[in-house]
Amino acid sequence: MAVTLDQPLASSALPRLLTLRTDRRRTLLDRFMRGLTVAAMVVCIIPLVAVIAYVTINGLAAINLDLLTKPPKALGVGGGAAAAILGSLQMVSLATVMAVPAGILSSVYVSEFAGTRKAAGIRFAADVLAGVPSILVGIFTFTILVLPFQQYNAFAGSVALAIIMWPIVLRTTEEILALVPGTLREASLALGVQRWRTVLSIVVRTGFTGILTGVMLAVARAAGETAPLLFTALGSRLINVGDWQRPMDALPLFIYQNARQPYPVLNAQAWGAAFLLMLFVLVVNIAVRGRSMGRRTY
Amino acid sequence: MAVEVGPRDSGSSPSETPLADGAAGSPVSGGSATGRLSIEHMSAYYGAFCAIRDLNLEIVPQAVTAIIGPSGCGKSTFIRTINRMHELVPNARVEGSVRLDGEDVYGPEVDPVSLRRVIGMVFQRPNPFPTMSIYDNVVAGIRLGARRPRAELDAIVEGSLRRAALWEEVKDKLRQNATALSGGQQQRLCIARALAVEPEVLLMDEPASALDPIATLRIEELLGELRRLYTIVIVTHNMQQAARISDVTAFFTMDEGRAGYLVEVGPTRQMFTSPTEQLTEDYITGRFG
Amino acid sequence: MTIGTRARPSLTRRGSRLADRGFVVLTAGLAAGIVGLLVAIAVMLTLTSRETWQTFGVLGFLTGTTWDVVNGVYGALPFIVGTIETSLLALVIAAPIAILTAIYLAELAPGRLAVPLTFTIEILAAIPSVVIGLWGIFVLSPFLRSTVEAFLVQTFGFIPLFSGPAYGIGLFAAGVILAIMILPTIITISREVIIAVPNAQREGMLALGATRWEVITRAVLPYARSGIMGAIILGLGRALGETMAVTMVIGNKDAIPDSLFSQTQTIASKIATTFNEASVGIQTSSLIALGLVLLGITLTLNVIARLLVRRVTGGVPRRV
Repeated sequence: MAVTLDQPLASSALPRLLTLRTDRRRTLLDRFMRGLTVAAMVVCIIPLVAVIAYVTINGLAAINLDLLTKPPKALGVGGGAAAAILGSLQMVSLATVMAVPAGILSSVYVSEFAGTRKAAGIRFAADVLAGVPSILVGIFTFTILVLPFQQYNAFAGSVALAIIMWPIVLRTTEEILALVPGTLREASLALGVQRWRTVLSIVVRTGFTGILTGVMLAVARAAGETAPLLFTALGSRLINVGDWQRPMDALPLFIYQNARQPYPVLNAQAWGAAFLLMLFVLVVNIAVRGRSMGRRTY
Repeated sequence: MAVEVGPRDSGSSPSETPLADGAAGSPVSGGSATGRLSIEHMSAYYGAFCAIRDLNLEIVPQAVTAIIGPSGCGKSTFIRTINRMHELVPNARVEGSVRLDGEDVYGPEVDPVSLRRVIGMVFQRPNPFPTMSIYDNVVAGIRLGARRPRAELDAIVEGSLRRAALWEEVKDKLRQNATALSGGQQQRLCIARALAVEPEVLLMDEPASALDPIATLRIEELLGELRRLYTIVIVTHNMQQAARISDVTAFFTMDEGRAGYLVEVGPTRQMFTSPTEQLTEDYITGRFG
Repeated sequence: MTIGTRARPSLTRRGSRLADRGFVVLTAGLAAGIVGLLVAIAVMLTLTSRETWQTFGVLGFLTGTTWDVVNGVYGALPFIVGTIETSLLALVIAAPIAILTAIYLAELAPGRLAVPLTFTIEILAAIPSVVIGLWGIFVLSPFLRSTVEAFLVQTFGFIPLFSGPAYGIGLFAAGVILAIMILPTIITISREVIIAVPNAQREGMLALGATRWEVITRAVLPYARSGIMGAIILGLGRALGETMAVTMVIGNKDAIPDSLFSQTQTIASKIATTFNEASVGIQTSSLIALGLVLLGITLTLNVIARLLVRRVTGGVPRRV
């Protein structure tokens, strides 16, 4: 069946009038599905609101001086989360001290010195490391820092947290460094400043705020991690300040332990500690991400 | 001031269709052809910025109207107001009227979705759908509507591809992915796709500017065939192309506020040999723009 | 003072070249450290679990259904099944909602809304797992028990899948809580992938006379297909490795679930609840072996997912 150019195409010609409507089914489907996407959006918001609301309400009710200043009671039920708060502060701080230089320096290599393929490979490795379940990081740290010494210790806890923080710091720093204009580097080198000083004093300092952002996000993440600490720092009912060779409590561990106890008093303490932890994490995240809210995420 | 327009080659009998130019705005008479566009006092805005100022223009049916002018003078904005793609930009709006055979396309009863089947568009860069085969690309618009039997779709595919001068080259590889084609072939595929839904008007936004000269020539030859069946409005920055292929040429430029406006419109031969406006003459002879 | 009389600084500053070289070596070493760390994790987990692999064989351990500390028989199957089932359930619940939400955020939401809403989703991802678990125990679980689970048992209880009793703690609760946790992952990546679809595709479909939804389903989603697949797989990977929230609501029973509402155990929850009390030797080795299995699954999925996402966006979104 030859089709010549001057014949109209198919047998059913479209009506000419502009009052031609798109058929009802298509219009209804369009409106319905678009409405469905809005509904999906709302469904996503609900758990967020619910979590924040319940944690705040139950948590605030449980906050009192005891919770903040006392360790768990030696006998019976009571006391507070002081051990956990101090423990979290210490372990996260040490983890930060370990992870930030490592993360920044390794990202410097990726952004300043590595060839494209090596850089891509290291980025990939960092992303893969970030995807390793944190409980496995805990087991790994257990095998190298707890097992040989036959002793649960807070240092191992910090190391586990540092391992989790490292790829986060690397990736966020690396992206910030990529934004520093090449002309800045060239100007510094042209003045005779050595490479390493150029990188540290000029490039890193220029990207400082962005790097700080990444660090804060990593800190918030580390503060909320439980699983890596389960087999390293273990947790404790005693206040531990400065003894890295012994177990140490942490807020997430405290929450976990007290949530599973059959005593409402302890459950309430879990809510209180959860509120503190969530508050910290949310404040950091909102402060950090809120500043870049106008820009594309990543 | 009425202007006569005739077919491109002077040999065949002229069809006299009086045209109004930008200044007079007098109504059109004669010609019972479909696909006549009448733009009256049309202004297009992006928010507070006026991109086109008080446009009055008649588009002759079954002819090629070329829109020429310097960059940024609203040529692309103009054709997008015809098929109501302009309003998809946030805060964009149109004032005035654009009539297709007497009916305002911006009328409250008009569904933009169905309007776009009657007024088709081909874009500057070929944009075939990369996840679809050549066959599926051609019928992509058809498939939006009611289901049609396979034989009918096959006929539509062949007809559209023939009309787009692409059939011979792809008839044995209809199932292949559309991105396997060259740039020029992809653009003809996009034309076939636009033609498959049987529009009356075909809007083309610099359709050959991303193509090599040979591919460009083939598109121009194609337009020569198509203009007998469709009302074609083609934006081009290439004046020689406009002179080669169009029956009517409209020259746009922009004022101090960067708003575009129509300077002059007329039969192509006249526009390029003895234009009325000085601005037109300057542009055509290359004095500015 | 006369200019030009200062001694010219030495042009061959060997010390500084050394410092520069040293710096590069230092940073390179640390960067390589990331790779080394990954290898070390895999190696250590393998080494410390070799007793289990040698005793039961790879296939034997993976298919064994008994975890009997007393008699020293260890099999991973119940936990592998529990892990897969909770994660799949989470995916089934989360993926459609996440994709619809991503479509809304990327295509349909007005600009002033899209930005804060996307931001809010990212905030959900930041809430620590243990906090969500706490909420899961005391809020979600009772809620599920009295509403969804009660309804399902009542209406479909004759089907074994939906048979009770439903306590609110178990496979279903774990699936729901995991779904909540992986929503942000799938949403943010899908959204980025959809935004990356060139506008020319949308315009091409629009110009043919398509409705907004048709443009999305016929032009945008097919183009973004592999990236969205990647997002889902990354979500799956996240679900597989999730520990605390799951541990707190799954019931911690070493059994292959026979109903949606049974208590069960995942690899992560098994390790979390028994590792510290485990005796060094075959028991600890077996728990570590479980961890190795989990590592293998998540690593593979992670790599596949990132390759898929890279295909569409040309790069991998950072915040996962």
